[in-house]
Amino acid sequence: MFGKLSIDAIPFHDPIIMVVAVAMAIGGIALIGAITYFRKWKWLWTEWFTSVDHKKLGIMYFIVALVMLIRGFADAIMMRTQLAMASAGAEGYLPPDHYDQIFTAHGVIMIFFVAMPMVIGLMNLVVPLQIGARDVAYPFLNNLSFWLFAAGAILVNISLVVGEFAKTGWLAYAPLSGIEYSPGVGVDYWIWALQISGIGTTLTGINFFVTILKMRTKGMTMFRMPIFTWTSLCANVLIIASFPILTATIALLTLDRYFGMHFFTNDFGGNMMMYVNLIWAWGHPEVYILILPAFGVFSEVIATFARKRLFGYGTMVWATVAITILSFIVWLHHFFTMGAGANVNAFFGIMTMIIAIPTGVKVFNWLFTMFRGRLEFTSPVLWTLGFIITFTLGGMTGVMLAIPGANFVLHNSLFVIAHFHNVIIGGVLFGMLAGLTYWFPKAFGFTLNEKWGKRSFWCWLIGFYLAFMPLYVLSFFGAVRRMQSYDTAEWQPWMLLAWVGAVIILFGIICTVIQFYVSIRDRKQNQDVSGDPWDARTLEWSTSSPAPFYNFAHLPNVSGIDTFWAQKQAGAKTVSEGPYQDIHMPRNTVAGPIISLFALILGFALVWHIWWLAAVGAIGTFVSFLARVFNDDIDYYVPASEVERIEREHKERLEMQA
Amino acid sequence: MRRPHHLRVLGILLLLTLTLLLTGCSSELLDPMGQIGSEQRTLILTSFALMQIVVIPVIVMTLLFAWRYRRSNKDAAYHPEWAHNNWIEGIVWFIPCIIIIFLAGLTWYTSHSLDPHKPIADDPSEQMEIQAVSLDWKWLFIYPEQGIATVNEVAFPTDVPVRFRVSSGSVMNAFFIPTLGSQIYAMAGMDNDVHLIANHEGVYDGRSTNYSGAGFSGMTFDAIATSQEEFEAWVDEVRESDQTIDFPDGYNELAQPTEDHPVEYYSEVSPGMYEDIIRSFHTGSDDGDMHAGHGEAEDDHGDMPMSAEAAE
Ligand code: HEM
Ligand SMILES: [Cu+2]
Repeated sequence: MFGKLSIDAIPFHDPIIMVVAVAMAIGGIALIGAITYFRKWKWLWTEWFTSVDHKKLGIMYFIVALVMLIRGFADAIMMRTQLAMASAGAEGYLPPDHYDQIFTAHGVIMIFFVAMPMVIGLMNLVVPLQIGARDVAYPFLNNLSFWLFAAGAILVNISLVVGEFAKTGWLAYAPLSGIEYSPGVGVDYWIWALQISGIGTTLTGINFFVTILKMRTKGMTMFRMPIFTWTSLCANVLIIASFPILTATIALLTLDRYFGMHFFTNDFGGNMMMYVNLIWAWGHPEVYILILPAFGVFSEVIATFARKRLFGYGTMVWATVAITILSFIVWLHHFFTMGAGANVNAFFGIMTMIIAIPTGVKVFNWLFTMFRGRLEFTSPVLWTLGFIITFTLGGMTGVMLAIPGANFVLHNSLFVIAHFHNVIIGGVLFGMLAGLTYWFPKAFGFTLNEKWGKRSFWCWLIGFYLAFMPLYVLSFFGAVRRMQSYDTAEWQPWMLLAWVGAVIILFGIICTVIQFYVSIRDRKQNQDVSGDPWDARTLEWSTSSPAPFYNFAHLPNVSGIDTFWAQKQAGAKTVSEGPYQDIHMPRNTVAGPIISLFALILGFALVWHIWWLAAVGAIGTFVSFLARVFNDDIDYYVPASEVERIEREHKERLEMQA
Repeated sequence: MRRPHHLRVLGILLLLTLTLLLTGCSSELLDPMGQIGSEQRTLILTSFALMQIVVIPVIVMTLLFAWRYRRSNKDAAYHPEWAHNNWIEGIVWFIPCIIIIFLAGLTWYTSHSLDPHKPIADDPSEQMEIQAVSLDWKWLFIYPEQGIATVNEVAFPTDVPVRFRVSSGSVMNAFFIPTLGSQIYAMAGMDNDVHLIANHEGVYDGRSTNYSGAGFSGMTFDAIATSQEEFEAWVDEVRESDQTIDFPDGYNELAQPTEDHPVEYYSEVSPGMYEDIIRSFHTGSDDGDMHAGHGEAEDDHGDMPMSAEAAE
């Protein structure tokens, strides 16, 4: 009846998990209770869950990402604590069985459920506004993407309490992830969480690709697009081209695990290196999906706060495009030690370092944007400066890893861990936190508290260096990644230092939480009525904050890069004037959450081999999808009078402030 | 207002990193014990130094520009529309290009000179062969010439090039002795190899670097580089062991998962065991029990084990 699922699947014997589970349950009950008490369910459902408004979806992505960041960080600090203890024969407090799940969960959560939703969330919030569109090309798909992503995140979290998570490392290399060596349900959770959320990501890629190509406002040629839109476009091209590879690879692994096939097994002609090749053919583009939009954020932030046009717009675009293309022909640098021939290794090594050229150009362009500017040290700028320095160091160690001869001693060591945290924290995370601070007022109509933002920055920056520089050192002593304990007592001081760094990062996260609390408390003082709190350059700042659901009463007309800035300089009126017209908008949809709920049921049932429930999930997914397909009532017109009322209120607020 | 603080913190951090790197001089990778490792250290330091040509200016420019063009400094020039300059844009492409051209040359050259498959000795008769098989979770070393085998301990004479042939009887691992240089993947059914040499006597740490499951952290071994005489004495000691290992039975027993496996010596090993282990994956078995049954290998794939290169 319940497949492999029984009461034994709940790890009652593990006090750590049980405490977390109880805490989660109490938190969940408190949240549900509060929503019920304040009678907010209907509001949540109609205003948020079923919304197709890209801005609201962007906010929801970010909320999930921040919650998952805390989960991922909890994993990280547990690992650091274990490694600070488990020296010279000591076993520490996490046995391998548990430790191995933690590093896998940490990697998966941080990449798929923190970094990705931050990037996609920011894209949602900003891109349609930057190109002067009223919504994305496929608003319903956008809602569905979010809920599929959420279903994947929920599945990963269920694995914490029901059963186990994969003990394979975040990429689940075969044959370790095959049924033979991983008979438990951990890898199955990994499979279905990534498949469900991965389909959501692919749909997002298609959606934003079409949106950027087809929905730009009048006059917005490709070479007038803001850089964040450009980098998003390239990231979406990468999503469309690479996520199907991930889906297919995981599908083959699924066939191995569920149907006894032999794509990646040791025997019967299976080839594990095929898996490793395929997963990195997706995996390398993936890291550029994350970093390119972060580059976009820095470009916007630095130009705005230096009050200067971005230096070298054209080179910036071409550098982005070059990185996009090159990122597909470097994947082998993740496994030079496979033992390919010298020519093959040299080719992939050189291709990889060629990427450093356009990346270096971007760095210089940011520097020359500051040059002869008037830089204001707001917290987004601090994140940007911290990024430039940290990312440069991370890029340098990346190039070192790309030299096969050097890689042979650095591969799989803590050098790799230090390197990619160097670029992913210093690049993606700093970028997303900069973007969050920068666009927060556009989403909510008030700015975030600067004092706590800066404190958070300093904690992250110092904490990062303390937590990860020791890993570079340790790698020179021969310390490898994914080890749960080690014999060499001399490593321990460095591990302790890294632990201190992680604790300082914890303070950074706490500062961010306080920042939210303080900012929401003081939202009246920090209110932004103008819609343009930073005196910025691009179109999203030309509408009110928070932007009306239709974004622009009149679609803007663009005549160059930074038209909004030019209009302000020329003293042109930037507030929209009547007469207004009816605006065509998409209706909210219940299909997204419902389809995803069935997909979640399907995923859970497949993990536990509960076949009847899987049938329910599959049929439910299909039928609810069909119901949506045959629903013609998906759009409506906002009457001109309603637009006028909203715009008038905005103008009244502006006058009141003036 | 916050700048001096920022600068000081960064200065301290940079200094700290540098001293860390310098005091790391007695570390495995910076103080290698063999020719391959030495070349790799030189390669790492060269590439590091070369990249400072960009890294240092970038860091200095970041701090300098940010400080000089801060909002409150009304003395600095301000050109809000200045966003293009052919010279600067040319140079920012040119300098990275030059450095990467150098690095690419270095990469091409060292990819060949440090190719793990490349023999160190010109004459193959000067090198010795040791076969390493990763199991759950220990290393089996087979000495085909001496007809002995060991677990979690490997010895070889100094100044003799060693060809390690590396495979796996289980999931993927990687064979690595940090002080000597290059690691290489150990993959079931594939015959990989890495050529290493020790130029100084010592007992070095060796391990698997590729995560392979619960006992991975304990998958370490001692690599003993000694004089020729002591090596022979070591071989004799192994020969005196009353344990022997044969294929498939003895091997299958050893292949059962164990953690922190003790050192073991086998005075005798069935001939061709390494090849047998590889070949056992080429047909597979129907019982589906990986740890027990790759014994009944039929020879329909021929005698040549699949090499890692062929498997790309
Ligand atoms: C916030 C501070 C963070 C800390 C202290 C931290 C710490 C760690 C540690 C200790 C490991 C395991 C290293 C080992 O294998 O020995 C690890 C692995 C990893 N981390 Fe982080 N991490 C942090 C943030 C992030 C972020 C933001 C990301 C990505 C967005 C990330 C992605 C990964 C990945 C992919 C792995 C590899 C997991 C695996 O081996 O399968 N981490 N991290
Ligand atoms: Cu890569």
